[in-house]
Amino acid sequence: MNFDPIILTLIIATPLAGAILLACIPEREGSKTHAIGALLISLLTLLLTLHLPSHFNYHAAPRTFQFEQNLSWIPSPNIRYHLGVDGLSMWLIVLAAFLAPIGVLASWNAIHTRTKLFYTLFLLQQVAMLGIFAALDLFLYYGFWELSLVPITILIATFGRTENRRRAAIKFFLYAFIPSAILLVAILWLYNLTGTFDLPTLQYLALTHHLAATPTALLLCSIAFLVAFAVKVPVFPLHGWLQDAVAEAPTAAVMVLAGKLGLYSILRFSFGIFPEQSRHVAPVLIALGAIGIVYGSLIALIKTDLKKLAAFSTLAHVSFVILGIFTFTVIGLDGGVFQILNESLIGAALFVLLGLLYERYGTYDMRDYGGLATRHPWMVTMFVITVLAAAGLPMLNGFVGEFLILSGSMQSIATHHILWTVIAATGVIFGASYLLWMIQRVFYGKIGVRPDEVPGWDLTAREHLELWPFAALFLAMGVASPFWMRAIDIYGASTAGKLVEVGHGLYKNTANGEYSFNDQEYSRWCLDHPGHCRVEVRFVVSTPKEAR
Amino acid sequence: MNPQLLWLIPILPFAGFLLNGTIGRKLPRALVATIALLFTAAPAFIVAQLWIFMKSAGAPLALSVMSRPWIAVSGFQVNFAFTVDHLTLVMLGIITGVGFLIHIYSVGYMAHEEGYWRFFAYLNLFMFFMLVLVLASSFLLLFVGWEGVGLASYLLIGFYFTKDSAANAGKKAFIVNRVGDFGFLLAMFLLVAHYGTLDFSTIFEQIAASPLSGGIFTAIALLLVLGATGKSAQIPLYIWLPDAMEGPTPVSALIHAATMVTAGIYMVARCHVLFDHSPAALTVVACIGAATALFAATIGLVQHDIKRVLAYSTVSQLGYMFLACGVGDYSAGIFHLMTHAFFKGLLFLAAGSVIHALSGEQDMRNMGGLRKRIPITFWTMSAGVFAISGIFPFAGFYSKDEILYDTATSGSPLHLLLWFVGLLTAGLTSFYMFRLWFKTFFGAARFEERGPTHDYDLHAGHLAAVHASKSSTLTLEAEPEPSHALAHGIHESPWVMTLPLIILAILSLIGGWVGIPEALGGHNEFDHFLAPVFNAGLDIAANPAHFFMERVDAIVSLLVALTGAFIAWYFYCYKPGTAAALAAKYRRLYSLLDHKYWVDEIYGRFIITPILVISRLILNGLIDGGIVQGTAAGLAASTRSGGWLVRRIQSGNIRSYAGWLAAGAAVVIAIVLFGHHGIPH
Repeated sequence: MNFDPIILTLIIATPLAGAILLACIPEREGSKTHAIGALLISLLTLLLTLHLPSHFNYHAAPRTFQFEQNLSWIPSPNIRYHLGVDGLSMWLIVLAAFLAPIGVLASWNAIHTRTKLFYTLFLLQQVAMLGIFAALDLFLYYGFWELSLVPITILIATFGRTENRRRAAIKFFLYAFIPSAILLVAILWLYNLTGTFDLPTLQYLALTHHLAATPTALLLCSIAFLVAFAVKVPVFPLHGWLQDAVAEAPTAAVMVLAGKLGLYSILRFSFGIFPEQSRHVAPVLIALGAIGIVYGSLIALIKTDLKKLAAFSTLAHVSFVILGIFTFTVIGLDGGVFQILNESLIGAALFVLLGLLYERYGTYDMRDYGGLATRHPWMVTMFVITVLAAAGLPMLNGFVGEFLILSGSMQSIATHHILWTVIAATGVIFGASYLLWMIQRVFYGKIGVRPDEVPGWDLTAREHLELWPFAALFLAMGVASPFWMRAIDIYGASTAGKLVEVGHGLYKNTANGEYSFNDQEYSRWCLDHPGHCRVEVRFVVSTPKEAR
Repeated sequence: MNPQLLWLIPILPFAGFLLNGTIGRKLPRALVATIALLFTAAPAFIVAQLWIFMKSAGAPLALSVMSRPWIAVSGFQVNFAFTVDHLTLVMLGIITGVGFLIHIYSVGYMAHEEGYWRFFAYLNLFMFFMLVLVLASSFLLLFVGWEGVGLASYLLIGFYFTKDSAANAGKKAFIVNRVGDFGFLLAMFLLVAHYGTLDFSTIFEQIAASPLSGGIFTAIALLLVLGATGKSAQIPLYIWLPDAMEGPTPVSALIHAATMVTAGIYMVARCHVLFDHSPAALTVVACIGAATALFAATIGLVQHDIKRVLAYSTVSQLGYMFLACGVGDYSAGIFHLMTHAFFKGLLFLAAGSVIHALSGEQDMRNMGGLRKRIPITFWTMSAGVFAISGIFPFAGFYSKDEILYDTATSGSPLHLLLWFVGLLTAGLTSFYMFRLWFKTFFGAARFEERGPTHDYDLHAGHLAAVHASKSSTLTLEAEPEPSHALAHGIHESPWVMTLPLIILAILSLIGGWVGIPEALGGHNEFDHFLAPVFNAGLDIAANPAHFFMERVDAIVSLLVALTGAFIAWYFYCYKPGTAAALAAKYRRLYSLLDHKYWVDEIYGRFIITPILVISRLILNGLIDGGIVQGTAAGLAASTRSGGWLVRRIQSGNIRSYAGWLAAGAAVVIAIVLFGHHGIPH
């Protein structure tokens, strides 16, 4: 049986069914029923997602989607149930599914009350994330996008660590919600303009210069999209929510808080529908990315709260991605997408490790720690590996991403790109500084105040199970990056490059001198969609250069 | 010879690292040591085979192997690929040979230490990364080794991590090296942007074909130099190396002799095509080298800690190698790198043996008269002292002399100045090394004898900390009260420690004979061996017309070295107290040297403190606390004052948020859908 057309639906439906199931099972004091249920569901989801890389067609034409399911949902307005993945989203889906079981394991003992609520919301969050990565209809996508806000907010507000949790949750929600409302308006304005929510259609219209609106209107619309996503990333200086939310959120929630959703959305929707406008604002975003790297690292350098330190470390790492993707070079984009995977994995591993410390010693204040290396030899090993991956040590994954991003930044044609590259590259110094400082404060020197009072134990079997997959992936992705990059590169190569006008208002998107937009394909598409091609275009047919 | 064997050279030490790193804790010490030695000896054996092969008639000038890609995106690819040419061969010989001897020595030195398995795992890791560094056939793979040795040194310098000074020194080494790496990375970004590859042969072919010089080449070269100053401990980034002696002594030997610090010199030599296209960058390299050589030597004059003297001497000797590269004589730089590996490895290991004998004492003021007590250590260390001071016919004489001669004769007036600086440094080197020699092995014993303790380095660290606190107040050269020496306790090291010393001592004597210039009756085989790498196609045959000058230069530098030795003898043997009197007379100068020109303090006050203050007050306080968080608060405040409707959003009741969201969305949808008729267009 061919699973391809329904695999994405299965992937999304599994955690949804699981959430409903868990919500129906009554909660008993001290029982692990919900945790076990969530673990099984998330493992099943992970298993299903592995279908994607094993059946992915690496020879598909650029800008096409695979494993597509495209059904009419509501005829008027024209909303479709359209799912599909390409080189950009495939590994992100696997990543999201990979982090879920680890999130459950990390919550195993940390969450002991209201487990039903916790795991139900956790699985709903999974649904939203997987949906965001798979949805190709703007309306459908927006549904998942909004859905992703709710469980996280409740998780922070309910399971937060201090009295500050409600404030943190509200801050997070307001920050995410207000730009999202504007995003909705922008989506509807686009619909008004084109009569479709369908992303591939909108992409074609944009690349063929057929979004019939004034440049200013399109720019404003693109900014509405970009800001909504940038807040979620977060891009400096829109990170006001990050510190508190990270500090409060339980480990399983903090793993999905920042980074991938916003970054993916920029790549998919901002770059897809507004290629020209995105290039227009690129110099600003390159600058913000470079500033964010240094800013995040420098503030992390002086934070004594481990979670807040990790929050600013996250800011620095997502800023790398922003810098890379807005260079619109192949290596910048490839490195940026790869770095989304890295950032999520490294961040998740770091938060899991911090959670383990907190479970043992009940504090995130690193001044209370010290000398733990002799007590927890395995924990310090995992910490050091994670920190080295985060600091971009070659042969671990972080290096591949950072190297490609900064190389791309040096190649970019944006104004002052050399200056921003140099500034961003100082991040390698500051990054190493705060990370090694953290290691020293927690693990080296004399036994600290807190460990002196409380006995601790080295990693348990369950904790080993949480951490070894990360370590293995850090190494594998650092040594054998082409395995992942192959899919990503399909996306990167078709998105990079200058937009070159080739006549009759028709744009071509070039990277390395190759044409990645196919005129014939477009003309065929116009025939299939009468009424959308408003201008009669005679195509400048040119032979695409030999495909790679 | 099957080129695929090249993979084994780095992989074997890595396997040793994995074995000892994962299960070493549960293994007996003898087995841990056996694993570590075996996985270091095997690559040394392969290198020996390789050497024989490459020397044989008809052998290719370079041997390459390539495997699958490491990074591959459209338009840019880096493969796992190794290349061995004669330069790499020399480096491989040094790393595996000297590295193996240091491994043997460590078996004895670390015998009673905690974390034995961890130590040997890290040593093997160090070897692995260093071997990758010299085998790499692209900048990016070289960078793997480059960063990797940084990591290994971080782990080994901070080996006694419960001690703050060790943890600090490890961190400092890594971060200072990162500053250099920042330059290296930027150079690579520029290379990628201009050549689209990081492959050595492709890039160097293109540069060699270029008629231009300066410009972009200078930019790339200078950024690489920044990287090299980090790894090879040159001004301005040398500050990590003297602190690196916090690690166990064999680690110091490994870092200072066989690995790590040689990386910068190797890299510059490897990129000689690039540097040859940028006279400006070469001048910078030469000036940095000469300045560092002199600067570090002056600091070395007044240090009391035996390892610290050696540490500054390393910085100084690396300056010579930089100078050699800067005047375009790369093979002289590599020659000195090799002889230095022999005698500096020897000196550190011998110093370790002294410290071992004295149960952790590192302060030379508490040594003296050890000549008869530890004779093997004495005789071997003497060979090292003679070699580094440039006394004929020890190895250092030939390599240092070649550098000085080439500097003097390379033509420009600036180089004459640099030659003079080099000569002066030679005198200073000779002085402080003989000072060390006399203070340690001659005169009256000034130590209090104890029974042997077993945690030598922990103890040494404690003492070092005590002395560090002492030296923060001004201590003059005045000797501490001689203490009563007891007969027992002072002992020669076991054979596992003395055997490497003897081998290295022999090498320190004869190691330079492969590079005896024609003017002094030799054949300069070393230069000829490296000629295919550096002077491909050039005639490097010696010109007999210059023999006279070369002989004069050799005699001058020998005289200078002897003068330094003589002054040391006068100060510390013939008339002890002269040094203290001088120090008292030139109090401020002495204080300046004693505090190492206050460089650490200056960096602390003018770089690190401002960064922290800006981060804390401006970034965290003003911008993040004020503006960013203020926006969030303002957002909340404005909604709160926005009336009843908006106040409901602020209720904190999450369910109502969802409700508002749905309602708002519904309204907008309704407007869009029913405000217009049908789908437009």
